[in-house]
Amino acid sequence: MEEIGSLLGGFAVAISPYNIALMVVGIVLGVVIGVLPGLGGANGVAILLPLTFGMDPTSAIIMLTSIYWGALFGGAITAVLFNIPGEPWSVATTFDGHPMAQKGKADEALVGAFTSSFVGAIFAVILITFLAPVIAKFALRFGPAEFFAVQFLTFASFLGMGRGSPMKTLASMCLGFALASVGLDGVTGTLRLTFGHDELMNGFKFLVAVIGLFGIGEILSSMEEGLAFRGAAAKLKMDAVIRTWKQLPSMAVTFLRSCIVGCWMGITPGGATPASFMGYGLAKRFSKRGRFFGKGELEGVVAPETAAHAAGTAAMLPMLTLGIPGSPTAAVLLGGLLIWGLQPGPLLFVEQKEFVWGLIASMYMGNVVGLVIVLTCVPLFAAILRVPFSIIAPAIVVVCAIGAYTVNNAMFDVWMMLVFGVLGYLFTKLGYPLPPLVLALVLGDQAESSFRQAMLTSQGDVTVFWHNWLSGGIMTLGVALALWPLVSMLFGKKDDDAVANPA
Amino acid sequence: MTDITEPQPGESHEPALITLRMADIVVACLFLIVSAIVISDSVRLGFHWQDSVGPAPGYFPFYVAVVMAIASAYNLGRAILSRGPDEQEAMTTKTGVLRMSAIFLPAVIYVFATSYIGIYVASAIYIAAFMIFFGKFAIWKALAVALSISIVSFMMFEVWFLVPLPKGPLEAAFGY
Repeated sequence: MEEIGSLLGGFAVAISPYNIALMVVGIVLGVVIGVLPGLGGANGVAILLPLTFGMDPTSAIIMLTSIYWGALFGGAITAVLFNIPGEPWSVATTFDGHPMAQKGKADEALVGAFTSSFVGAIFAVILITFLAPVIAKFALRFGPAEFFAVQFLTFASFLGMGRGSPMKTLASMCLGFALASVGLDGVTGTLRLTFGHDELMNGFKFLVAVIGLFGIGEILSSMEEGLAFRGAAAKLKMDAVIRTWKQLPSMAVTFLRSCIVGCWMGITPGGATPASFMGYGLAKRFSKRGRFFGKGELEGVVAPETAAHAAGTAAMLPMLTLGIPGSPTAAVLLGGLLIWGLQPGPLLFVEQKEFVWGLIASMYMGNVVGLVIVLTCVPLFAAILRVPFSIIAPAIVVVCAIGAYTVNNAMFDVWMMLVFGVLGYLFTKLGYPLPPLVLALVLGDQAESSFRQAMLTSQGDVTVFWHNWLSGGIMTLGVALALWPLVSMLFGKKDDDAVANPA
Repeated sequence: MTDITEPQPGESHEPALITLRMADIVVACLFLIVSAIVISDSVRLGFHWQDSVGPAPGYFPFYVAVVMAIASAYNLGRAILSRGPDEQEAMTTKTGVLRMSAIFLPAVIYVFATSYIGIYVASAIYIAAFMIFFGKFAIWKALAVALSISIVSFMMFEVWFLVPLPKGPLEAAFGY
């Protein structure tokens, strides 16, 4: 049980008054970000990243991950009280959360949502504690071929497991790769796709893309629809906590199911949003009370929240062990690690033991602190939404502009943020998923260079990816996932034909 | 006039200004244009095998762009051929576009102005103007909110965290 020892060491790092204070600040900021439309986990962390450059890496990542936990918690507040999902992953929470609020059970819905978020997160953190060192040790033996195989699997799983049109996912992903290749080529030092513009020499900054795509894009859609918060008042009495907690043990199966779904979707980059829908769908199908779902059933709040939080947390596992983020927010955190001079990946567990275990310990701590804060301060957070949107909207644009500027101290990035904003709005409207674009932009250079290194060692022989069972297995799984939509399309077509021509 | 950021009754029946199908076609065409740009530069860089380097610098972007072109052509074809009711659905209405322009066009001016008068002054003007013209706030309220946001961000970035942001003549007059 080496992990337990390391974990205790981690707690010793994480539990300093300074770090706990950062945790509290981070979670409060995170909940605010989660409540406000236009600011979410990914772009919220991206904007606040520059503020942490002066801190030591452990404290900085504790603060940033706390913002992330806060945002995960915060999305549920607006979903339950106002039927407005503060985050994409809380859409499924509105299905039963808001009907509960209308029935006057907003307090129970909120306690249920927070508690299940907590359970989901802790389940995923335990998984990380015991699985991460194993995977990291395993990954130490990875060569370029294996790394490319894992990266290939990451992107293939967007195609195989994503919702919506696979061709749109593919187009969005390729755009990310194309944008990633702009600038100096890491292998040969040639300038690519810059067309003589010096601003493009360093390529597109993915933090700017995240701020634009998610932040400005979201503000545009919120403006388009118009926003008015007229919702249930949030009064949370402590007896609601007890009352709700008494009901929860009977939902143990739902909890477990959503935890497993969430962890799976988080490690493979399915992400928190599809995980929440899947958790809700499975609970609806298998629960005894499934037919009451949609009318204000506590279990219908528990299922998506547990899955979303488990997925959001589990996304940290591949980020830490392989350097491959499982979600856009994990990608932003990865960007932070690189800026602090830490190379995420298996070596992190050998060279930066203290940092890694401090981080893992802070995940336990952060979620405990988070649960306490959200349970006690719901009315305060709900009050934020009493601020008219005509103040919030321009203020968020300003915050995004500052965030984009600080990435590289360049006005060019602020302009790019506006362009990405329009792109984000269009993509969301038309069903082009954003996470594949962001992850391709982050991982593009890495994926390309491991591909080229592998090809160079094999002198152009593609079978290098099948040279041993490990990379071969991962590649085969990746190819299967990538081709899955094609297979299901062919079979789907057959069904349509059968319906069209009943011979 | 009321606050334009609030939805008005009856606007859900407004006819579509842009349908999803139209937008789908335009975006797919944009994708094809981007693919063409990437392919043209990749061809210049070369996508062949180089003896000591392996795949040439243009190799990866070239194939990425080819895949992107194929996927976009498929999306374009599907959008053009679709005649279902889904695709005739509105992407946005006139009110929607007006509301979005209300935040976006001033944002463009704001970014432009930032280069000359600094981010703090520009932010204050942007927030105050939006509140007065679109939120129908009293002028003193708008000024109070806008100034306090600018001053707090100034303290936070320039004084506490020492992150320099674009500054203009006003900050220079105060010695920053």
